[in-house]
Amino acid sequence: MDAGPVEILISAILVIGGFFALVGSWGLARMPSLMTRLHGPTKVTTLGVGSCLIASMIYFPAMQGTYSAHELLITLFLFLTAPITANMIAKAHLHRQGRAIDPNPMDDIAEGLPPTGVGTGWATFEGQHRDPADPPR
Amino acid sequence: MFKKLLPHPALTVTLIIVWMLLANELTPGGLVLGVIIGVVIPILTSPFWPARPRLRFGPPTWFYLLLVLWDIITASFQIAVIVLFRRSRDLRSAWLVVPLELRSPEAITMLAGTISMTPGTVSCDVSACGRALLVHALDTPDPEAEVARIKQRYEARLMRIFR
Repeated sequence: MDAGPVEILISAILVIGGFFALVGSWGLARMPSLMTRLHGPTKVTTLGVGSCLIASMIYFPAMQGTYSAHELLITLFLFLTAPITANMIAKAHLHRQGRAIDPNPMDDIAEGLPPTGVGTGWATFEGQHRDPADPPR
Repeated sequence: MFKKLLPHPALTVTLIIVWMLLANELTPGGLVLGVIIGVVIPILTSPFWPARPRLRFGPPTWFYLLLVLWDIITASFQIAVIVLFRRSRDLRSAWLVVPLELRSPEAITMLAGTISMTPGTVSCDVSACGRALLVHALDTPDPEAEVARIKQRYEARLMRIFR
């Protein structure tokens, strides 16, 4: 079967997506600290997965003649979950640093987080049910 | 009566659309089930959102979504370049404190999510009173300028969407 322009387009999008997913994973592996590692998966991989979904959205109507709406849903759920996951990892990390477990100088939080500048502390350390084991910030 | 049956029309519509997309086909039976879900879930969950914000679904909202999409694409290129070519010791990562003018929790959540998805920044924490965001930037030559950029590019637009 000859490769039509649509097929070439789909292949190109897939290769671009694969490239970005690879770069995101490489960033996860090579960055020096947890906070810098977070940046790879939250952004670059979003584009990687997004490209695969776009390719899928072109492929099924053009090649199979069927339509599927699941790609849109996957995009929606991805956009909902990626920032929340990053936020939870960051918060867990702040607590570990706060208790001086596994400190990493590359994260710049050995000497404490920057002050909020608005009077109260950061919510992770200063909630209604503050854990007395947490050091003051 | 209407308010009691449909306490959150936008959530109802969203649920019906998501249900239809999940089912992946347009059948009368599926639509009926979707409408039932769309009516029942907002009523059951109404105690969870006592004071929901007023949202405007106008051109600013769509423009904001397109802007964020565009920023995700450009951000990915920037981050890819940093990941591939920048040495670790040359990274200028920094903590940013973004003072917030937004007040509703939903708007702040939107802003935090946007920050996490876009160029070189991940939002990590919010101050206990909800008036400042803690953001980690992967590589920023000028933290002040980065904070100003976040404020005028995203927060100012969100102020117009959430009233």
